[in-house]
Amino acid sequence: MSDPEVLVRVRDVTKHFPVRSSSIFRRGSEQVHAVDQVTLDIRRGETLGLVGETGCGKSTLARCITRLLELTSGSVVFDGEDISGLSRRQLRPVRRRMQMIFQDPYGSLNPRRRVGSIIGDPYAIHDIAEGEDRKAKVQHLMELVGLNPEHFNRFPAEFSGGQRQRIGVARALALQPDLIVCDEPVSALDVSIQAQVVNLLADLQGEFELTYLFIAHDLSVIRHVSDRVAVMYLGRIVEESGREDLFARPRHPYTKALMSAVPVADPDLADSRKRTVLGGDVPSPINPPPGCRFHPRCPKAQDRCRVEEPQLGVIPGDTGHRVACHFPLADGEELPVTAAEVAIAKLIPVSETTGETGR
Amino acid sequence: MKLKIPGTGSPDPTVDDGDPAEIQGRGPWQLAWARLRHDRVAVISGITIVGIVLVAIFAPVVAHLTGHSPFTQYRTTGLSPEGIPVGPGRNFLLGTDSLGRDILVRVCYGTRISLLAGVVASSLAVAVGVVVGLTAGFFGGAVDTVLARTMDAVLSLPYLVLAIALISVVGPSLLVSIAVIAFFSFSSVGRIVRGQVLSIKEKEFIEAARSLGAGNLRIMFVDILPNVLAPVIVYLTLLVPASIVFEATLSFLGLGVVPPTPSWGGMLSESTAWYQVAWWYVLVPGLGLLVTTLAFNLLGDSVRDAFDPRYNRLFVSES
Repeated sequence: MSDPEVLVRVRDVTKHFPVRSSSIFRRGSEQVHAVDQVTLDIRRGETLGLVGETGCGKSTLARCITRLLELTSGSVVFDGEDISGLSRRQLRPVRRRMQMIFQDPYGSLNPRRRVGSIIGDPYAIHDIAEGEDRKAKVQHLMELVGLNPEHFNRFPAEFSGGQRQRIGVARALALQPDLIVCDEPVSALDVSIQAQVVNLLADLQGEFELTYLFIAHDLSVIRHVSDRVAVMYLGRIVEESGREDLFARPRHPYTKALMSAVPVADPDLADSRKRTVLGGDVPSPINPPPGCRFHPRCPKAQDRCRVEEPQLGVIPGDTGHRVACHFPLADGEELPVTAAEVAIAKLIPVSETTGETGR
Repeated sequence: MKLKIPGTGSPDPTVDDGDPAEIQGRGPWQLAWARLRHDRVAVISGITIVGIVLVAIFAPVVAHLTGHSPFTQYRTTGLSPEGIPVGPGRNFLLGTDSLGRDILVRVCYGTRISLLAGVVASSLAVAVGVVVGLTAGFFGGAVDTVLARTMDAVLSLPYLVLAIALISVVGPSLLVSIAVIAFFSFSSVGRIVRGQVLSIKEKEFIEAARSLGAGNLRIMFVDILPNVLAPVIVYLTLLVPASIVFEATLSFLGLGVVPPTPSWGGMLSESTAWYQVAWWYVLVPGLGLLVTTLAFNLLGDSVRDAFDPRYNRLFVSES
């Protein structure tokens, strides 16, 4: 039953946050459904891209997997061991094998500590190397991620954003983990620096046989790094497949709309492309819509979608491609024109419309 | 130095290193120290404080040089035939008090009491305040509620009335004075620290430490504490003069150091009956108190400025 290929097995993971209500009588009555019944496998040595709009629960899911947050329900099995119920003490050995790279290169490094001590932190916490030995290891790591090892004694403020993210990478690499959860590691960086960090991560993966869970809201980054891609919407996985398959044949209307929003550098191609504009905003995760969560914005929504929640399932004849939709798109099928597009078309010439489906 | 950088051509071109030897290790503390050294007020205050400390240390030398003990009553030479204190002169450089004791020697010895009370009481207050504030801010919830409310309660107490009541029960002594001062001062430190911790514990680097497997104690003292230390240091330097004044107040009211041990507050208290005929009796301990508290307060202001990144653009600002 347990597949040795799978490093992390996420089963029905749910995370609800109680809403702080101003009234003392209603406390705890409302919940933010940040992550709802997510089931996911991360295979050894792969990069699983997790994409979705801001606020859809990607980071919460990442923190559930790394047990920085307690799960409301569900289980996370890491390399055959169920870690969802472990105490903080029991988690310590697991933490050595599972590291995280954070989004904010400014917030994720302690401004009052020297870089050498930050990167050496994993060694200090797990009592691995000390003194000169630790220093040598840290300097080796710095060299590995493309930092000057002589900058050992500097403070994070003396580095640029890209260099700081390299520091974060070095820290995550220190204990030679199996899994690195990258929580939007490049979205705070300039585009030119993004490529450097992404390539660094790819090189390190080859060198150290790392498994990545790579979270981003930028589809082009996801497309560049991932082996498989999972798309999240409002706390749920709506579609999951291999990269090529997903980008060539998106089945879920949301994925399709998301892809049509990616800007294309070629103006001729951009003009000829059909862009889907979704109306409205992402519904509140406090009261997610009944039935399919995407139905209020979905151009294909029908009565069944408003009532029955679709389950993530394999499409017949398309193994490895899972989608949670009652009416998945067929090959080459375009989405119907949405009300929002009609409204925009009335206001401005077609050539000026931009695909705004959120980021 | 050329490095092989995986995946990329070169390191970020955005940061120009300049001379590495010059920039290396200019941490927030070094920056603050550098600013402080260039602050004339801070330097003068610092020198004054060093001078006061030397006076306290070498009080016995002063006693030896003048040949007067701080406790001996020189009734023949130190008092006029009418029993009035003798003014500054060759024999008694700063005059005598109502019992014919040498004020110079007594003020020098009084410095010891003031500094001891000031430094020990404020250090104690800061230590307790940091631990309480850190615990309250870090753990939150019920722990926070209890500790924060306790601190609020202490701050709302009429400290002088309570100090008088307490000391009248246990009896006056230097130790009790220090305990009382520390008790009434730790809350402000605790509240400052708690507020800082509340904001810092939400930072991503705390989450990073947690994901590395760091325990609560390590996160509190290795990751959070260095980030709250700057305001604490500032508060400490401002707390010292306040504690000195507090101790003087207690001694003035007869609740501090027990006579005949010389203390500035006690001397001021004794002098109140004599200021019309013996101005030096009030002036000398009063000046001692003034100079000491002023020096500490000015230094405290300078330390605060030195830690403020916006204060001096001469040095590259932090964070």
